Amino acid sequence: MFQLLIGTDIPFMKFRRFAYIASGLLVAATLGWFFTKGPRYSVDFTGGTLLQVRTSQVVPADRLRHALAAEGVEAELQQMTGESLDEYLLRFRTEGDPVDVVQVAVAKHLPGVTVELRRNETVGPKVGRDLREKATWAVLASLGAILIYVGIRYEFKFALGGVAALFHDVLVTLGALMATGREVSLTVIAALLTIAGYSINDTIVVFDRIRERSKALRKEKHSRVMDIAVNETLSRTVITAFTVFLASLALFVWGGDVLRDFSFAMIVGVVFGTYSSVYVASAIALDIWLALDRRKGVAAE
Amino acid sequence: MTRSDQGKLIGVVLVTLVSLWILWPSYTYYSRSPAQRQAMEPAKLAELRKKAIKLGLDLQGGLQLLLEVDKSRLSAAEAKDAVERAREIINNRIDQFGVAEPLIQIEGEDRIAVQLPGLTDRVRAIELIGKTARLDFKLVRSEEEQRLLFQRLDSWLASRGVTPGADTALARTPLTGLMLDQGFIREQDLPSAQQLLATPGLDSIIPADTQLLWGDANEARSGMTGRSLHVLKRTPELTGGSVASAEAQVGLDQTNPGAWGVSMKMTPRGRADFARVTGANVGRQLAIVLDDVVQSAPFIRDRIPSGDASITGGNIDVNSARDLAIVLRAGALPAPVEPIEERTVGPSLGSDSIQSGLTAGLIGTLMVVAFMAIYYQLSGLVAIGALMLNLLYLTAAMAYFGATLTLPGIAGIVLTVGMAVDTNVLIFERIREELRSGRSIHESVRLGYDRAFRTIFDAHSTTLISALFLFQFGTGPIKGFAVTLSIGLLANLFTAVLFTRMIYDWWLGRGKVERLSI
Repeated sequence: MFQLLIGTDIPFMKFRRFAYIASGLLVAATLGWFFTKGPRYSVDFTGGTLLQVRTSQVVPADRLRHALAAEGVEAELQQMTGESLDEYLLRFRTEGDPVDVVQVAVAKHLPGVTVELRRNETVGPKVGRDLREKATWAVLASLGAILIYVGIRYEFKFALGGVAALFHDVLVTLGALMATGREVSLTVIAALLTIAGYSINDTIVVFDRIRERSKALRKEKHSRVMDIAVNETLSRTVITAFTVFLASLALFVWGGDVLRDFSFAMIVGVVFGTYSSVYVASAIALDIWLALDRRKGVAAE
Repeated sequence: MTRSDQGKLIGVVLVTLVSLWILWPSYTYYSRSPAQRQAMEPAKLAELRKKAIKLGLDLQGGLQLLLEVDKSRLSAAEAKDAVERAREIINNRIDQFGVAEPLIQIEGEDRIAVQLPGLTDRVRAIELIGKTARLDFKLVRSEEEQRLLFQRLDSWLASRGVTPGADTALARTPLTGLMLDQGFIREQDLPSAQQLLATPGLDSIIPADTQLLWGDANEARSGMTGRSLHVLKRTPELTGGSVASAEAQVGLDQTNPGAWGVSMKMTPRGRADFARVTGANVGRQLAIVLDDVVQSAPFIRDRIPSGDASITGGNIDVNSARDLAIVLRAGALPAPVEPIEERTVGPSLGSDSIQSGLTAGLIGTLMVVAFMAIYYQLSGLVAIGALMLNLLYLTAAMAYFGATLTLPGIAGIVLTVGMAVDTNVLIFERIREELRSGRSIHESVRLGYDRAFRTIFDAHSTTLISALFLFQFGTGPIKGFAVTLSIGLLANLFTAVLFTRMIYDWWLGRGKVERLSI
């Protein structure tokens, strides 16, 4: 038998105060950024045009920017890296046909260069608004549905811990996206919802074990029961996180540009989802448990 | 083997065979090169394509448009089925344009979503779909009437001190001063003229049944380019409804015999009307107006009983003549439509995406498979078998339900691979625990499955909840992601719980097993 992390006895709960501080800071920073500067939204939500074009020869980004500016197009321009130096992402708004506008500008100011359209995403302001509403609704509704499900299947203290972990994971992932300057697009929203599902999945496995153990180990302290349960599920937690991590990593490295932000979000979400099952979900459940005991007058630990 | 084991085995074998059978058309379709597909019988090819897994526009390239029907100027009765009629007409146009497998759907109250796979000429397609194509035959007011109206406009504008730009020379004749010839305005003066005509209140001095409309762009007169301002009778004599057929043709315009145009044949009713109108107005001009732009305004020399008419103009080339013929045949849209969203993926990016999606999927799966085999040894191989069956069922379900595979969908499959092994990991870890606590192999396997099941069920349910919400909200690619994720989860419950359990029962049932490779 090839085993990792078997028979561990790490006193996880002892260190939960540090985790509260670390997670609290991360979440606070994300919320602060979210409500002041806000994330960069993709054209899906802002409206406008995202063009991916390939030029017949490598053109320095500045020359392309000038060519467009000369035709009155203020585009945010991003040259791709690696083997795709001849590819650019352009974000702008225009009255006319966006592809036409770029082709005319290049033909006029960069003689000998031709432009091939790889991708055009043009979203009108009204559609952008609709998608924003729909996305917000989808995220809130699915979090609500998970909350109800967990609330029915588990006791209150667990449900609250699980949902706290869920919000933690989604928020920290959003923070990582903002910190790396990535855009929030429809696919990134899909990733966030997947992370929500994964996070609660992971938490449930730990909770199931806590519930099972708390029946058998009634004499033990709550924190001890939690530690035992977390340690017993630790190998499973790490192995599953590792396989999902491997899959997300493959998408990140080989999945192409279109999926890069999505797989980045998945990687961050998996790492924090694993951490939060222990340190946010279980730790909060433990503290609520202790608080409930105190109220009932049971001697606290 | 007990009877229930036999049942399970038959179940798994049956589902696997059915899946392979469902996937067979996908295999035959995608293993052929485009040239080989071309060589097939069209009916057979269409049948095969219908049964094969569909690729999303992001993978095969193509154009996706969302159009909004502007019902603001329609009466309540007209507005009722305007979107449905618009959809039908767009459908007809695309049919005649010749795109394989288009998808045209009404979305919400007043939107139409159009998907054109594999299309390369996006500008032409948008023009074809979005053109209202309202055709009117309108009488041109006489020279005298035109002159009088322009004079009235001039003095009205002059009395209000409105002049084009800062040109004081035109203070008394702001409008006609810009005209080179009756109604003709040079290209550089067009913005000024258009601004003049937009002066508030100007409409009130134009007679009710008279209308000012611009001519086609790029008209040339005495060596200069510009556009003409036409004075027309507002009520049309005939409309596009009188047109029975339209063809693109060369040589319709005698002054420019090499130019393309569209010739139209009228319905019997239209023919009679056309004969009556031309007969009653010999010597006057009859303007052919398309979407409020005057295409041409030929003089009526004689009564025309044949009902033949044509559209010619400087801008029409072979493609636009063909497209114009299509829209005239298919009919006018009941109301203008406006593209409010467009997503185009070029064919090169599509095939790159397939390539990178497959590479990522393959490498991701291999890494997970390698890890499982090393960590759980023979049991790991059982889990890998379950994983492969899972992927087989997932793709078969997609083919069966006609679901579309998108790039996010591939991501969903890769994630399914990552998460699918979780079920086995849960079971295996549980079995190991029971083994460590000193139970027999039989007992450990039984308990491992029983105790892990509840957790597995809860974990799958919550992930399924988020997948269903994704599906609800999703547009295009996101929907593809939600579909693969949900089907993958369901397939996973089947393979991980039923299939692997069966393997263990068979393994342990063969005799005394000393050591479980897990």
